[in-house]
Amino acid sequence: MKFTSSTAVIALMAAAMPFAAQAEIRLGASVSATGPAAFLGDPEAKTIEMMVEEINASGGINGEQIALTLYDDGGDPNKARTFATRLVEDDEVVAIIGGSTTGTTMSILDVAQEEGIPFISLAGAISIIDPVREYVFKTPHTDRMACEKIFADMQARDISRIGLISGTDGFGASMQAECKEVAGDSGIEIVADETYGPQDADMTPQLTRIRNTGDVQAVLNAGFGQGPAIVTRNYAQLGFEIPLYQSHGVASNAFIDLVGAEAAEGVRLPGTALLIADQLSEDDPQYQVTTDYTALYRAKYSDEPSTFAGYAHDAVLLMADAIARAGSTDPDDIRDALEATSGFVGTTGTYTFSPEDHLGLDLSAFRMLEINDGDWTQLD
Amino acid sequence: MGSRRKWIQLAVLAALIIVLPFFFPSSYYYRVGALIFVNALAVVGMVILIGYAGQISLGHAGFAGIGAYACALAPEYLGLHPGLALILGAVTSGVLALLIGRPILRLKGYYLGVATLGFGILVSMVLTNERALTGGPDGMSVADPGLRGMLRDLGWRLSVGELWYGVSAIALLIGAWVALNLFDSPTGRAMRALHGSEVAASTVGVDVARQKLRAFVISALYASVSGSLLALQNGFITPDVAGFMHSIEMVTMAVLGGVGSVLGGTLGAAILTTLPQVLTIFAEYEQLVLGAVMILVMIFLPQGLLPSIARRFRGRDE
Repeated sequence: MKFTSSTAVIALMAAAMPFAAQAEIRLGASVSATGPAAFLGDPEAKTIEMMVEEINASGGINGEQIALTLYDDGGDPNKARTFATRLVEDDEVVAIIGGSTTGTTMSILDVAQEEGIPFISLAGAISIIDPVREYVFKTPHTDRMACEKIFADMQARDISRIGLISGTDGFGASMQAECKEVAGDSGIEIVADETYGPQDADMTPQLTRIRNTGDVQAVLNAGFGQGPAIVTRNYAQLGFEIPLYQSHGVASNAFIDLVGAEAAEGVRLPGTALLIADQLSEDDPQYQVTTDYTALYRAKYSDEPSTFAGYAHDAVLLMADAIARAGSTDPDDIRDALEATSGFVGTTGTYTFSPEDHLGLDLSAFRMLEINDGDWTQLD
Repeated sequence: MGSRRKWIQLAVLAALIIVLPFFFPSSYYYRVGALIFVNALAVVGMVILIGYAGQISLGHAGFAGIGAYACALAPEYLGLHPGLALILGAVTSGVLALLIGRPILRLKGYYLGVATLGFGILVSMVLTNERALTGGPDGMSVADPGLRGMLRDLGWRLSVGELWYGVSAIALLIGAWVALNLFDSPTGRAMRALHGSEVAASTVGVDVARQKLRAFVISALYASVSGSLLALQNGFITPDVAGFMHSIEMVTMAVLGGVGSVLGGTLGAAILTTLPQVLTIFAEYEQLVLGAVMILVMIFLPQGLLPSIARRFRGRDE
């Protein structure tokens, strides 16, 4: 019975063949377009669809069109695993992009490894690529790199004693842990360590406690969403005189709008080139890719692309590049080509993968930004 | 319901479980099947609590969370085999249900709903905030119980999907068998009596508090084992498993399929687990369709899908 049903499927596919003018490359994606992680998944889904359309409109890869199957896992790791299984077993994709959150990524990753399908994750945690897994790659910087970038800037300004205030959500908690781990190596001492719930409406008590800790030279806020906006506003209200650092989690224009230019003045954070696409000089290596992408996204969705959307953009182009170089749609060939990626310029940074490094970015991908008069200024 | 009907229900369930794989075009369907069985197991527990004993709980995902995290934590920190961890999780859930059930079950209706809701949220908060232990919102991986390797050594090669389809199916069949046996046992009758009227039940000598507590503990065990099985087959777990939405899902599945019927609950689990997979093309309307289905069922088939349909077929007998 099982035999006949699969034969029937093959027969159906064969019957459908004449209608598909060309062979196609099946690409799978599972992102959290709805649910609590929609702030990540929604722009990612839009970007993946847009980039695939773009590639197809310009003739596809090696003359073959991409057939995209995109699922919305709603941020639920359980659903993500089911969709990953479906992509591999039922839709027979040759590569997967997705996993907006660390949780969903860890679920998809298992299936990709098991079935030998190359997978590019869009989530931050270092545990995704450390230890290196054969079929798993990722485009976003790790939280640890954000901490290192911020600490490097602090060191350059002779700041060594800082207060840390973090959200207890996934993003904040992960970054808090990573920052505490690398602080020592960067010559930074975290003298105050405060947390707040993602729904809290006032962080004055935590900030006051940090201020009352002696000799704090700067404050770092690890968090995403409305939390950092409230921290920044409370910070201004309390009249702190020491600098405030935010994380890459709030690297978007929406953050400045939410806080207001006055309170946001002087806030520093590590961001990607995408955020300052309009300010890049033409000889900047990322000028072309960020300007092209920003223009496309604005035209199609009349909205600004977020840093997270940039991760998805890079993932699609990296995968397309690997498939083109592999010259085949065999998952193992694509994986090998992906690992051999070298000097690929994306919106997030310049990727060079190797068997030991499946992230392929270094600290230079981050740019230290400061908010001045309601706009971004590049510091380095 | 005589014992003949009990065996017919079990036979129908077993037959479906065995026959369906012959129609599976790919092993992705085994995965969906396994999820249905795992959800159905928790729902059978809800059938005992809501359908038999007439008590409500909006926090049973808390027990699923305890079961799931037992399978993740015990192998890592205690060096326990994941299979034993499942039992440890069930024991922990059972004891906890016993402890909190005593005061909570004095409450009725909405108050009971809110109290259990609080319990579920507490568990999910602990799992989210105890980052050092549980990995926080990012979740943690679950050790492989080594079942597949063991079967391979016995010369039985199964894919991950097939293995968990089988294991979850066996768990569901055992769960359904226990629940169906309970229905006609003195305890089951006592539970159903207090569902009908607590006052009447206590006048005829039913220890109301004791029976409520029993139903609560039994359903907690079901939820816990369901959570453990989910953790083991996913190999990765996040606090979502203990989340509020998961609790609501359990109740919804039970109510949709037919809250008094084990097979009905299983049908509810099957529908609500497959619906999101079927509706991927209209992902934006998924919630809308789900809501509409629920409202229609509640208006036209207030006892849930299966009991209402069964009644229609049997006609005058009932």
